[in-house]
Formats: sequence, C-alpha cells, structure tokens
Amino acid sequence: MSILGNRVLRREDPKFLTVGGTYVADLALPGSVHVTFVRSSMAHARVVSVDSTNAQAMAGVLAVYTNDDLGMAKFPTVMGMTNEAMAPPMLASGTVRYVGEPIAVIVAESREIAEDALEQVVVEYDPLKVVIDPVKARTDEDLLFPDAGTNTSFSLDFGGDETLFDDCDVVVELALVNQRVAPCPLEVRSAAARMAEDGRLEFNSSTQAPHGVRDALATFLGLEPDQVHVVTPDVGGGFGAKAMVYPEDIVVGWCAQKLGRPVRWTETRSESMLGLGHGRAQVQHVRIGGTREGVVQAYRIEVLQDSGAYAGFGTVLPFMTRVMTSGPYKIPKAECASVSVVTNSTPTTAYRGAGRPEATAAIERIMDVFAREIDMDPAELRRRNLIGKDDFPYTTPTETVYDVGDYHRALDLALEVAGYDDLRAEQARRRATGDLRQLGIGLSCYVEITNGLPDGEFGAVEVRPDGKVIVRTGTSPHGQGHVTAWSMLVAEQLGVAIDDIEVVHGDTDIVPRGAGTMGSRSLQIGGAAVNQAAVDVVEKAKDLAADLLEADREDIVLNKANGHFHVVGTPAVSRSWAELAETAAKDGNPLFAEVDLASPGPTFPFGTHISVVEVDTETGKVNLLRHIAVDDAGRIISPLLAEGQVHGGIAQGVAQALLEEVVYDLEGNPLTSTLADYSFISAAELPSYETRFTETPTPVNALGAKGIGESGTIGSTPAVHNAVCDAVAHLGVRHIDMPTTPIRVWNAINDAATGDGSAKGGR
Amino acid sequence: MRIDITVNGTPESHDVEARTLLVYYLRDAVGLTGTNVGCDTTSCGACTVLLNGQSVKSCTVLAAQVAGDEVTTIEGMALEDGRMHPIQQAFQECHGLQCGYCTPGMVMAIASLLAENPEPTEEYIRLGLEGNLCRCTGYHNIVAAALAAGGAPEMHQ
Amino acid sequence: MIPASFDYVRVGSADEAIGLLSEHGEGAKLLAGGHSLLPLMKLRLAQPALLVDIGPLRELSYVTEEKDYLAVGALTRHHDIATSALTLSSVPLLAHVAGQIGDPQVRHRGTIGGSICHGDPASDLPAVLLALGATFVARGPNGQREIDAKDFFVSFFEVALTPDELLVEIRVPWPRDALWGFEKLTKRAQDWAIVGAVAVRSGNSVGVGLINMGPVPLRSSAVEAAVLSGANAAEAAQFAAGGTEPSADFNGSVAYRQHVARVLVRRALEKAGV
Repeated sequence: MSILGNRVLRREDPKFLTVGGTYVADLALPGSVHVTFVRSSMAHARVVSVDSTNAQAMAGVLAVYTNDDLGMAKFPTVMGMTNEAMAPPMLASGTVRYVGEPIAVIVAESREIAEDALEQVVVEYDPLKVVIDPVKARTDEDLLFPDAGTNTSFSLDFGGDETLFDDCDVVVELALVNQRVAPCPLEVRSAAARMAEDGRLEFNSSTQAPHGVRDALATFLGLEPDQVHVVTPDVGGGFGAKAMVYPEDIVVGWCAQKLGRPVRWTETRSESMLGLGHGRAQVQHVRIGGTREGVVQAYRIEVLQDSGAYAGFGTVLPFMTRVMTSGPYKIPKAECASVSVVTNSTPTTAYRGAGRPEATAAIERIMDVFAREIDMDPAELRRRNLIGKDDFPYTTPTETVYDVGDYHRALDLALEVAGYDDLRAEQARRRATGDLRQLGIGLSCYVEITNGLPDGEFGAVEVRPDGKVIVRTGTSPHGQGHVTAWSMLVAEQLGVAIDDIEVVHGDTDIVPRGAGTMGSRSLQIGGAAVNQAAVDVVEKAKDLAADLLEADREDIVLNKANGHFHVVGTPAVSRSWAELAETAAKDGNPLFAEVDLASPGPTFPFGTHISVVEVDTETGKVNLLRHIAVDDAGRIISPLLAEGQVHGGIAQGVAQALLEEVVYDLEGNPLTSTLADYSFISAAELPSYETRFTETPTPVNALGAKGIGESGTIGSTPAVHNAVCDAVAHLGVRHIDMPTTPIRVWNAINDAATGDGSAKGGR
Repeated sequence: MRIDITVNGTPESHDVEARTLLVYYLRDAVGLTGTNVGCDTTSCGACTVLLNGQSVKSCTVLAAQVAGDEVTTIEGMALEDGRMHPIQQAFQECHGLQCGYCTPGMVMAIASLLAENPEPTEEYIRLGLEGNLCRCTGYHNIVAAALAAGGAPEMHQ
Repeated sequence: MIPASFDYVRVGSADEAIGLLSEHGEGAKLLAGGHSLLPLMKLRLAQPALLVDIGPLRELSYVTEEKDYLAVGALTRHHDIATSALTLSSVPLLAHVAGQIGDPQVRHRGTIGGSICHGDPASDLPAVLLALGATFVARGPNGQREIDAKDFFVSFFEVALTPDELLVEIRVPWPRDALWGFEKLTKRAQDWAIVGAVAVRSGNSVGVGLINMGPVPLRSSAVEAAVLSGANAAEAAQFAAGGTEPSADFNGSVAYRQHVARVLVRRALEKAGV
C-alpha cells in the first residue's frame, strides 16, 4: 500500500514541541558581538551628517560604520528588468528614501549596549518632498531619483486594442486598491556570521534561499562562492519576504570579515515592520464587458505597482499579475498593462502569492460587479464563463498555457458544501426584515501559477551501509514540512521506513545547489528531484543486486513491503538495502544518486472559495462566519501538509480582506510599525474552515502534483471581499476597498444612504 | 543584581542587570531558548511562559519582578517519563504547528487556558488565544489541538 | 527591545514605596504589573531613573464586600477580579470588563490600579468606574485621601495623584438591583476600543461612561439626564456624542466615532433595561 496520500504526522514536530526550534537567534556563538542599525526617521531627506562620536565613545561599542566605510556596489537590477538608477545601496548613501532605511551600523559587545548606543547617534537631515501616493508618484512631479528623471521603475504594456470592448452589450469598470500589507513571519530577520578557522565566512541566515544568500555574500564581499558557507537553521516563516537577500545580511557578513569577531543581528519587530519587504501594493483599474446573458467577452486590467523606495522584487510583481490576467475564465480578449513607480515607503517584495492574488482579486471583484449589473447570480455568471475541463491545455489571451483543470467541479462542490441556496434564502430574509446584521456571501473562482520561474532543483538520495537513507534537497523549508513529505516520497520508492530517512536541507556545504523555497515550487520541482533521485538509486541498487544474486538485472525486483531485492518469483533469497549499500561502499562507489532536475514548466492549481460574513450595519464591523475552500493542487502527496498550507493561506487572505494594511501618513511616517498598530489577524477573528480537495493530476510532472502553498491566500481574499460588499449591496453600495474595516464599511453604507452610490468607503 | 527563579523545577540563580526581561533571563542566563521573542509590544505571545502556573508574556515581565517565583517553559512541559504532554501530543496529532516559532508560546497559553477551564468550547479557546499570533497555521489546527487536549484523559487526572 | 538602565527597588511596604517616591520625585515610577509601563520603557518612550516595584505588596490584592461598596485592592490583577466569586455576584459588570482587558496573559499580570493610574482614555476600566461612581483611595506621606472618580482623570494620560502618592483601593458602589450593558467596538479582540460605552441603571440612578471619546474617559451626563427624564434608549443615546472630542485616526474619523458612540450607548442602555 502506498504511503503517499496518507495522513502521516510530521517528523519535525517533537523537537519544536519539547525544546523549541533552533532559530538563528538561538545559536550559541561564543565571543559574538551584536549589530544594530541606525534607521532613518524621515521618509525623504538628504543626510547632512551622521554624528556617532558619543556612541563610539561608549564602553562596549566597537564601531559605527556608514555606507562610505563599506565601499560596496549597489544591488543589481531585478532580472535585468528594473530601472538601474533605483537599485538599493547597502546603507543609505547621501539620501534617505523611506522611514526605516538603514543609515549606519553599530557593533557592540551586547544587545543592550547596541540599543543604548542607538540613542546616541545623531543624524541631521535636510528634508525633501515626500512622495507617498503611487498615483502622485507617476506624475513625476517630485522625483526620488532625480538622475533617473522619472519615478517609473518598470513597465509592461501589451495589447492596447482600442476595439477590445466594441462587441460588448454591457461594460463595467472599477478602480480598486490592492493594499500594501506586511508579511509578518513570526521570526523576524536574523543573521549570525563568523570567520571560520579555515578562513571561510560561515553565515547563519533566516532565509528561504540559502544558496542565493551565499552567492550574494560572495559577490559583495569579494569572495568565491566556495569561501562562503551558509546555513539555515530552523526558519520561523518567510512567506516570500525572506526569499531575497537584504542589505543588512551583507553588512553583517562584512562586519564579521572586518572585525574578525563573530557577529549576530536580530532585528526588532518594530524594525521588521519597516525593513522587511511589504507585499501587494497595487492600484488597479479594471474593465469588463459582455452580454446581458452573462457571457464575458473582454477584460482589461491596468496596474499601478508601488515599488516602495527602491526597485526590488516588488517592482516586477505585475509580471505575474499579467500572467494570470483572465483567471479561470474563457474570455476571448484580455489585456494587462502596468507601470511600477517608486515612493517614499518600504520597498515591496514577494508576499504569499506575489502578483497572482492581485490578479485574482481584480477579476473576481469585477465579476461580482458585472453580475449585479446584469442581475445574475454571481455563481451562475462564473459557471457560464469558466474554462471547461475539455479545453485543456488552454492558452489565455495573455499567452499563458494552463495545464489541466476541472473548474466547474470545484465550483459545484463549494456551492454544495456551503449550502448556497439556503444561504441566499437567509440573506433574503434578513434583507426583507431590515436586520441590523446583514449576511454577505462571496465567491472566488481562482486559478494560479506555481513553479512559475524557470529554475530547476537539486535532489540526492544516498543509502548507507547501516541502512539509513540520507536525502539532500535544494529547497529550503521554513514550516512546510519537507522532512516529512520528502521522506514519504523516498519511502515510497525505496520501501524503507520513513524513520530510517534523514532529510538534509539548508546547508550550502552539504547541499551543493538549490533555488530554495518560494512560489509554491517545492514539491513539484524539489520533491520531484528527490523522487527522481530515489528512482535512480533503486536502479543502481538493482545492478548491485543482480551481481550479488547472480541473476539477470531484468529479473530483479524490489519488494517495497520490506525493502529487499530479490529475483522475480524467489523472494526467499534477497538482499537488503543495507547489504547492497555495504557492498557498494566496499567497491568504493557509494549507493548514491543525485539529480539536477530541469523545470518541466509551471502548473496551475485552481479552486473555488466561498465566504459568509455578517456585517453590523450600524458600526460597519464585519464578522466572518464561515469560509469554505475547495482547492485542487493535482495529486495530494500529504493531505496533512496540504490542508495546513490551505489553512494558513486562508488566514492571511482573510486578513487582507478584513483587517491588515500598512498605513503611512502624508509625510511618509508609518502608522502601523508595531503589532499593536498593525492588525495581524488572530484566532479570535477567524472561524474554523471547511476545506475540501478535488484532485486533477497534472501531466507536467511525474508526481502529478501542483503547488499548494499560496492557493489559500489567492482564493480566500476575493471571496471574503466579495462577501462584505455583497452584505451591503442592497443598501446601494457598489464597492468597498480592502481592508473592509468598520470605518470603511460604515462610510460606504453612509455614503450610499446619503446618495453617493459610487462611494468606495475611504477613510 | 542576583536573581533567583525556579525554572522548570530547577532553582536558577544568575547575575543580571535590573532591566533584564524574563524572556532574556530564560534565554541568555538559563540557556533555555525554546521561548521566543516575536514582537516588542506585548502583542504576539511567542514568549508566553507559565508564572506560578498562569500564562504571562515573558517579554513584559522583569526577571527581578518574579524573583523567588516558579516559571515553566516549553522545555518543562514533557511528562516525567519523557513522553510529550497531552497538549504537545495534540499539536502533533492535529498538525498544529508549521514553522514552530509561535508554538512554545501557544502550548503554554493553552496549558493555562485548560487549567482554568478543562472542558473548553471553541469560542473559549479562540478568545483565549487572542494574544498569541501565528502566521502559518491559520489557527484552525491549533484550536483543534487545544480542544483535543481539553478532551484528553490525561488532562483530567 | 530593551529598556534603558534604571535602578530597581522591590519594596516591602506601602510606606517604603511612598518614602522612595517622596525622595526621588518625578524620576521614580511605581511598577505594579508592569503592563502599562514596561511596554513604554521597551520602546524607550519612558526612561525612569528608579523603578519602585510594589508587586510584593500582596496585602493590596483583594476583593472584599463592605457595607456600601465593593472594595478592590489596587494591586488586584484583572484575572483575579474577573474570576472573583464576590465580584461576579455583586458587581458582575466589573468582572465582565476586567475579563475583556488585553488578553489572558495580560490579565494575569496587569492590575486594576496600574490600569487606572496610567490614565489611558482608550482603556476600559476608567470609564466603567466613572459610570459606577467609584471612589479611589490614595495614600501619601501625609496619610490617606479619597478621590471621586470624576475628579481623578485630569487630562491625557494624567491622573490626580501627586508624584509621591500610591493608589491603594478602589471602592465601587453597587445597588443590588442594577442592570448594565457594556459595548465596545474593536477591529481585533486584543485591540483597544475604537469606541466603547457602558451603562448602569438601578432604580432612579443611571451611569453612562464612554471609552476613547476624548483625552480622558468620560461620563455622559446628558444621556443620563435624558434617561432620568424618561427618554428611551434610542432617544437618550442621541445625546451621547455631545461634548466629546475623540481623536481621528485610520480606525475612525471624529464623525464616525461620534456615530458609533451613539450606537453603542443605545445598545448598552437597552441591555441596562432602559
């Protein structure tokens, strides 16, 4: 019987539950000094001077460095696509462009002294005009980088077909904001560096991509990659925001090199809220057209992406938005155009979904507006336009090729689980009685892309003479459970117990290559690489077994029930994995296989989420009553882990719809820089979820699996958002921007009541 | 100043600054790193420990304030025979953890909630965890684990 | 984040604490549960030279029933108030509100005295004690004095204690037949109220308090007067925003907060049987 598809408990758990994980800040590093960063308190200013005289005079302060001391190049452009003039420096160079930007680094004997010294560094600023609104930034009236002559950091424009909507009976438009949010992994950024006895730089990092950190350190510090050893111990969440290398990482490595002392850095949460990249941050304008019978014929989305102060990964998010422009619908004509601009705010980056949730949020919201316009049930409108299961592979108008799906099945199952008709009846009852607590029902049909970047992945399997199996993987988990899932894959191929399998990740000396864990890629490319290595090692073992059993290789079979090889028909005479490994070791040729699996291309998970909310129409407060998620990620290897990924994704998606937003005032001062101010969602705001999977295996990889890491976030946000708007639609509210906080919902209701039906419910 | 605190049943005595927060006393002086720091505003609950049996956020307590008291951390939760505590077991059974960072605080918070109400409802657990943030699990399985542990026979002995 | 350095004294008596406060003046701060002060110190928004830890004064942690009032020691923790059988039976409103402050961990440490002396207009207890007509007992170098709740909250984060005084007891009058309602609007369970309202009614008396509707916690005498002159909850609640000066932030404009105050006061009054 296959172990795959079974509810196998996580092998990782006992350690976390009994003594806690080992995160970077937990590592013993004898003799280490502590680093902290002097950060800008102004959003846009010329730095006149940095006076660290008093700080340097403090007992226990080793040094205070600025960018001039580092003498390092700026970061490169992102994939060659972003404006070169807007690349971030290591530390602010002459000008600060967001509150929280690192200006100087303090090295001290203890964390306490470093924090004390921070108060003694005086930065003199000459304020510059602050640009915080991306719409304003686009006018180029005030520039962040005068040398660039523009605030535009990246743009995409395909199509521009002026006849796009010519055949449509009905055309509706919507301007909406996909607000800036903070990823908030529970563990903030942290690094620890030391020069090892052999002269190499040993660098512990809380990252999703250890090899990327290694290569960046080598580049900036003038070392060869093999002179840098990066280790990721346990990582307390990443969500995309730890996929990239940050200036602070490089500076920590530089300090260890410069001072010859072990150096450690762990930011505070207040720093993290400003320094860790933010997500989303798009202003969107969408237009949809079709017939009164509910056939959608054309769709166009224009995206204004906020890069934040420098052109980092967030700048190119619209690329992924464009890939998913038309969502799960068969729309003959669809276009996406985008412009990214810099503003005086924290640079944006990948955050769970990274460009795809923005695409889904836009089309799902306007599908509801369109349904209302033609007076059709939103579920029915979706059903009429979903791509049919016989249409795959399906090429979208923006030239994305969807692999496989059964979108109608997911929609029907979600409606059934929700009890959709009963919900609509209850809603009608409350509307008729003018209940102060109105019910809202929201749908979201989504399709997204996983393993969307072209990287391949490394995997290796080695069987040792003691029968233990060592698996090495280039992906780098931070909560996803790779140890358990990869063990299942290898156990399945080798017929060994998962407890005999050790999975090694996140050490660049032991794992030579790896792209890391992001973009929901791990199982379908990292797991697939490990799976292939396991297949290969079985083939090698068959060669050995054929020799030992003096039989034809073609007659050797592996009995997966006990992990023994025998000649077909004579199971009594067999060789175990341990025996074969021992033989191999004696031959000086360990029983080992490694694979660099090239990417076979992306896959496209899909599903339908339905959300039920109750809105207090007197205060605007929203209460999420139910959330139903039907997701299809192809073949499910570990239902336990897949469901956990969906759960976490839902919470983050709900949080964006209802609560979370990074807010700046007009001077660029952050108003949400602590977890007391930023509305990080808690258990008290959420119900238990109703989740189901349908399984439509993908032909793209041998496992039949698609990614599941981001679907929950992508599917849930529009469902909840639509539910809130639906709850008050009968009051004349057309749209409310996210997050649908009490004030916004109430403003929308109030504006509708006072005659301004187009109200968006701004603050 | 010298601060004596009984941690997981073991008397500890360390010289620390008066400003030392309990969480750093535990992590740096005692060397128990299971208790994590997740914020600076008493919001996230990652640093939750039991103080004389009740949950507290150890980032908002001075070590000096609890001199002479008894503190229990995640490292002190396993049963004497080495088996995991029913709450710890329930977390594994229910997949109540992913990255693990919030987990020690969650386990300790739930221990306190169940001590005060051994037969909890879902609402009691959800409201009781309002001060413990998790970014990975969506809380679903944490709540399930707490309810399962609440029903575990060992919890009622 | 770590507080700046300070001197620390753990006192053995209230008099010792008062003596230290007299000696050190403004540079000294009392530390009770620490859940108002320590967060400010970690952010270095407060940097006292001396912390006088009154935590050991367990004699100031009690709930007792006196002839005309419930007496609550200033060092009684929120959790202990919320779960005290005496509070639950005699002043269930106080138990209810204490049981909603912060989160369980905060309630295990935070004290009623600390919460009141912090003088935060967004915190729940001050408005509730105002509506209940509580009296605060302070002790200083020259002995003890009683301060009416309506005179206690002077201005934004400022209360009517001199720097050398220690709050020792809160006296909460409680007619047996009282009905009450407590309503607060928050974004998240653990947040401070965007707006909160409390109403207590018994026989011919009514008390209405407002949370986060100005620089200090408020008692709404206009609403009370309307109720006493026979108005129903909806009618009386129309006066709730009068004289309020709420701040505006991204959680609510002035107009929104005033609207919500009217809604919540109406709901609280309805629960209080008006």
